Order: sequence, then C-alpha cells, then structure tokens
Amino acid sequence: MGPAGSGGSMSDTLGRADSGPVAAPQQATPEHEADHVVEVRRLSLWYGEVQALTDVSMGFPRNKVTALIGPSGCGKSSLLRTINRMNELIPGVRTEGEVLLNDVDVYGKNVDSVEVRRRVGMVFQKPNPFPRSIRENILYGAKINGYRGDYDELIERSLKQAAIWDEVKSNLKRSGLALSGGQQQRLCIARAVAISPEVLLMDEPASALDPISTVKIEDLMRELVTNYTIIVVTHNLQQAARVSDYTGFMLSDEETKGQLVEFGATNDIFTAPKDKRTEDYITGRFG
Amino acid sequence: MPREMFVREVRELQDEMLALGSMAEKAIARAVEALTTRHVMTARQVIGDDDLLDEKRTQIERQALLLIATQQPVASDLRTIAAVMTVATELERIGDYAEGIAKICIDIAGEPALPPITIIPRMADRARDMLDRSLEAFIGRDVEAAKRIWNEDDHIDALYDQVYHELLAFMISDPATINRATRLLWASHNLERIADRVTNICESTVFMVLGQIDVIKTPELAR
Repeated sequence: MGPAGSGGSMSDTLGRADSGPVAAPQQATPEHEADHVVEVRRLSLWYGEVQALTDVSMGFPRNKVTALIGPSGCGKSSLLRTINRMNELIPGVRTEGEVLLNDVDVYGKNVDSVEVRRRVGMVFQKPNPFPRSIRENILYGAKINGYRGDYDELIERSLKQAAIWDEVKSNLKRSGLALSGGQQQRLCIARAVAISPEVLLMDEPASALDPISTVKIEDLMRELVTNYTIIVVTHNLQQAARVSDYTGFMLSDEETKGQLVEFGATNDIFTAPKDKRTEDYITGRFG
Repeated sequence: MPREMFVREVRELQDEMLALGSMAEKAIARAVEALTTRHVMTARQVIGDDDLLDEKRTQIERQALLLIATQQPVASDLRTIAAVMTVATELERIGDYAEGIAKICIDIAGEPALPPITIIPRMADRARDMLDRSLEAFIGRDVEAAKRIWNEDDHIDALYDQVYHELLAFMISDPATINRATRLLWASHNLERIADRVTNICESTVFMVLGQIDVIKTPELAR
C-alpha cells in the first residue's frame, strides 16, 4: 500500500468500489449503465503547446469492456493514460477537467499516483515482462504493495486468471523473457491482476501478437471482465466489435484535437452508428 | 480495405438482386396471364423457370456471404448486404407464389372461366407495380417512398376481399363452381401474399437506410 494522503487511507480517498454512481449530466453515457468505475469529465490535455484531448466526457461502466477506437493521433491512448496518470511521466503535460475513479478525482490534491496505478493496472502494446523469473514477475508488484498473503496461492491464482497457468506451472523459475510473445503478454496480464486492480487499461494488447495468441487475449478479456473493468485501445476494429460492450470513437480534426465523437453500445456503433464520421471511419472510408 | 473494390462488389450484388426482381415480376405477369387465358404451356414455363429464380437467389446469398467473410463490413455496408439477402429471399418467395398460380392454371384449365377472374389481373398489375417501385425505392435509398408503398398493401387487401366475396357468392349459388372458385381464391390469395412480401422489401429499405427495424410498423409512421 502506498503512502496515505492527509485525508485517511488511500482507499478511502479514492472511494470504495461499492460507492454509488454519480449523476453526471451532459456526459456521454451508455444507456442503462449508470454505474461507472471511471468517469471522465470535461477532460482536455496538452503536450506542451500541442492539444491532444478536447473536452472529453464519458463514463466507463463497471465490469464491462469499453473499447476506444479512432485513427492514429485521435487521442485514444492519451485518454487511456490519463486514467492512471501515466501521462504525467511525460514532461510538459497539462490536463484540465476531472478523471474520477469511484467518484474521486485521481488528479486530486491528496491522491497518490502510485496508489492510482495500483488500482488501475495497465497492459501495453509490446509485452514487457521483467527480466526475471515468472514467479518474480507476479510477486514484484504484490510485494511492493505490501501483499501479506500466501505467495504461491497468489501466483497460481494470477496465472490462472490470465489463462497461462497450465503452460508455465511446471517451471515457474523460468525467465519471463523465455516465453513466446503471446505468453509474455498473458504473463503481463497476470502481473497486472496480481495486485488486484479495479480497472485494467489495455493499450493495443494484441497488436504485436499472432492470430492465435490474439484470440487467446480476446477470450481472456471476456473472462477477466467478470472481475475487472477493462478499457482497451485498439486499431483493430473487428477486435473492438468482438470483445467490447461499449465503444467510443475519437477523432482529431483541424479545429478540435482528440474529441469524443460518439460513444455507445458496441452493437449499435458497429451496426447503426449515429454520427457520419463514425460510419465513415468504421466502414474504411477514411483513417 | 480496398474500398473501391468493395463498393463495386456491393453494386454487383444489388444488380443481381434487381435481376431476380425482374424475374419474379415476369413470373407473376406470365402466371396470371396463363390463368386468365387458360394457357397451359405458359403455366408450365413459369413452373420450369422457378428453378432459375431459386438458383439466382442462392447465387446472391453465396455472393453476400463471401463479401461478409472477406470484407467484414460494418454499419451501413453491413446493413446493405443483410438487406439484399432479405430482399432476395422475399423475391424468391414471390416467385414461388407465381409458380403456385401457374399450377392452379393447370388444375382448372379444362373448366369454364368465372367472372371474378377479371379482378385477378388487376390485383396482379397492382402487386407488380408495387414490387417494381419497392425495388426502385431500395436502390434509391428512398425511405419515404418505401413507407408509401408499404401502405398501398391495403388496396391489395381490399381487392382480395372483393374477389373473396364474389367467389363465395358463386359457390353458394352454384356448387358446381366450388372447385374452380376455391382455386381462384388461392390464386388471389397468392397475389395478396406477394404484396405482403413487397411490404417486407419496403421494411428492408428502411432498415438499410435508418438502421431501425420495425420502424415502419409504428402507426404514426405508417399513416
């Protein structure tokens, strides 16, 4: 557990998982889904002078997969990275607006970014296991976060959740780097779930993988979503259509950088999008 | 995605659908002509030609599935292909109704004609006209026209009622006409069903354009 802020334990500061949904008028909210783990309100972001997000408001429903799609440079990865404050690692970044995790602004004064990143795990485009054993990969984050339980149990549970246990259980001392690309990515997912996050951010999690490994990651996402809320950025539209419950389409044009054009149930977005720009993008007319 | 190729293939798919449409229209015209003139040869041709309609429909379905499998269309592209498949099914069924009329022609060709037979060609002309315009509305993405044509189904229903009552009167007054009259009733029922199929085509047009199913059935839009 990271250092607590002045307002009590960090879990209290960031709100509990069971805290009620906040009514947020004017924001893009999928119908019938009021319970949002993450809510972004009027969020704008600049890299130095360059604006990357403009006035984005949306809510990410609990225990659902939400996909962010859009052409390169539309701001979807920037949006993803604001949710666990990864963007502040880049010099010159400035944000306006709010990112609420269980109703508490993750950019609030008393909020510790390390705790935010524990609550909001991340899986990257390229698998990035530590150059250590499979076992150490799982335990690393848990130890840092003060995990006091049974290590073996945690390892088995995490690897099982990431659907890789059967493939690696015979030799957990093997280096994480000795695994195949697809296995490495699932190890990274196991590492992310080992610290019991509430939200999993996935930035193009399968784009560096072969089709079979991609299917495994997609299946895994559907399994993980019973316990976690998943937000995935993908260039693969079919993947978004397959794995997500909700889809947000983002776009940058001359006037407005990184805007949320349309947000709704994936079934609606891919069969009858409301905005012509969404239609044009998903049907391959541009992008 | 090579969009140009995709657009061309969708256009070709729609052309095939139109070809099937004109085959169905012709089948109705010839079947009813055979019925009114008691021309058995023509009726036999209609029955034989129905295989061609079935083949064409299968070909459209195969082509549409291939497009879905290879191009993974979404949104309006997907709706268009789905709508073409639905319309092709409706057209093939319309062909079956025409074939049914041709079979009735053969059944009663040896018997004297009954006067209500003059209303049946009117029903057929009306149904063919609706079919023709419904396909035009489909190609032109004309939702308003599709809704108008959908409402014209009432006229066909009214003609069917007229035929029904006249044939009933014949059967009551002269039981010797029951066999012919019943079959003519079936023939006109087939035409009534053809118009119903045309309303389905209109609904497909609305779905393709607006992405909404059943919208045409709500009273405020239908009237």
